[in-house]
Amino acid sequence: MIRLSGDPTALFLPPDAPREQIEEYREKLGFNRPIYVQYGDFMVNAVQGDFGQSLRSREDALPLVLDRLPATFQLAISALVLSLLISIPLGVLSAFRRNSIFDRIAVAFTVLGQAVPSFWLGLLLIYFFAAQLNMLPSGGAGSITHLILPMVTLAAYSVARFTRFTRSTMLDVLRKDYIRTAKASGVPTLRLIGRYALKNSLIPIITLVALDLGTLLGGAVITEVVFAWPGIGRLLMQSLMNRDFPIVLAGVFIIALIYAVINFIADVLYAYVNPQIRVK
Amino acid sequence: MTVNIPKVTHTTQSIKAKKQSAVVTFFSNLLRSWTGMVGFLIMILLLFISIFGQWIVPYDPLLADFGKKLLPPMTDGHLLGTDQLGRDIFSRIILGARVSVIIGLTTVLIAGTFGTIVGIISGYFRGWVDVILMRIVDVQLSFPFILLVLVINAIIGSGLRNIIISLAIGGWVIFARVIRSEVLALREKEFITACVATGVTRIGILFKHILPNLFTPIIILSSLQIGTYIIAEASVSFLGFGVQPPEPAWGNMLNEGKDYIFSSWWLITFPGIAIMITALGVNLFGDWLRDTLDPELKGE
Repeated sequence: MIRLSGDPTALFLPPDAPREQIEEYREKLGFNRPIYVQYGDFMVNAVQGDFGQSLRSREDALPLVLDRLPATFQLAISALVLSLLISIPLGVLSAFRRNSIFDRIAVAFTVLGQAVPSFWLGLLLIYFFAAQLNMLPSGGAGSITHLILPMVTLAAYSVARFTRFTRSTMLDVLRKDYIRTAKASGVPTLRLIGRYALKNSLIPIITLVALDLGTLLGGAVITEVVFAWPGIGRLLMQSLMNRDFPIVLAGVFIIALIYAVINFIADVLYAYVNPQIRVK
Repeated sequence: MTVNIPKVTHTTQSIKAKKQSAVVTFFSNLLRSWTGMVGFLIMILLLFISIFGQWIVPYDPLLADFGKKLLPPMTDGHLLGTDQLGRDIFSRIILGARVSVIIGLTTVLIAGTFGTIVGIISGYFRGWVDVILMRIVDVQLSFPFILLVLVINAIIGSGLRNIIISLAIGGWVIFARVIRSEVLALREKEFITACVATGVTRIGILFKHILPNLFTPIIILSSLQIGTYIIAEASVSFLGFGVQPPEPAWGNMLNEGKDYIFSSWWLITFPGIAIMITALGVNLFGDWLRDTLDPELKGE
């Protein structure tokens, strides 16, 4: 990977460096060995969590990435919580009052929300709340006010998707016999939704949320760049620009690892929500 | 005992009649759903603009005129204003449409073809090939799509051709996944069992009976993926990779415009609206197509 975009030695030295100096650097950094030896070394080290050093700052890549992890988590988790808080009630209500004005507005909103690119939404929010109203900072981190705009930006797409999905799952569940029976036997509406309908639509919703977290993490990369949020995404982008591939590899690896862990947690959650799965 | 297989023969006329009625059904279905209609019209408009755009544009989209830089919309004959180099934004958006359309269609063609072939091989022949192919798919699916496209694009370099390659490398897995599960489901159907029983060869079954039945899921998935590709390209170009300036693409226009966000709102507004309308049109049409062709999936 490191070799894919040309000789990395060129990054350290001025373009007019003498030939001997280039050779000396190659020797020192190990870039003069055969490619397959370098690749084998890389794999052995990567499995042990050693992705090498940043080509620029000569610091170890993995700690650099891990340092940025809390900021990304803060952004991603707050966006996830926000989108669940909005989308589940919205979806349930929309399904329960099907074809009402409220439902139609909610559906239109979800269709629109899926078509708006997140980075553009971020720019618009910066324009209105930072440039025009001067209410919120346009970028950086540090206080809760810094978090609001990136969080809303990142949550918007998820809100649209989760609302739409909650609505359709609820519509399916509401058609079931046991809901009709419960309704007929006079179970109050709130209890009907909370205890019978929502519980039975949780599994598909958890599945979608777990699958969409990959999109959320990907979106976090872009959102972090737009708002100069000091997370993994921004580090990745800077490293891509600088062709600092050890950091890119470490960052991508960490993100994939997080995603795998989340899907594992989702599997455990299924068993918790649906006792039938536990038996299998 | 002999098995009588009813032989279906179409005369040219009946095929023609069937085709015509398919077109008629298509439009009568479309007319019944206003969202599908809106999506369809947006897509037609987009195709029209991307083919004839270079004859519609009022200005040369690459022509810089520093005397007229950052003009607000509706001044001096510039409908949507000018950018930091004095280039006409309306013209640049019109020509940007072509980039989006080319990228959306080409990517879906490459990713769709490759993914479908892998999906068929995996689902139809099973065995160790299936295991290996699906592990590759699993590994790739554990990376967020947009991140993968970004990294690949950074490695192989920017430009129109390379962004298409990056998107296709990132996008084929979803086709492989979906087509594989479709093939698996088809294999269990009774008419396939009947074919096996009557001695149709494996290759014969594949081409004559499985492939035609994959047409619908491929069309549905393709139409839904185009929107994803267009937005992904805009995101990657916005981040400074992908399509490079001065060639106008909606993503890199937003990238250039973001430095002027505090002074000139029109630079970041109109290209974004163009992306939104495009994605909206493609998604609406894709949703409608899915609901019409595959009612079982409706509403998901």
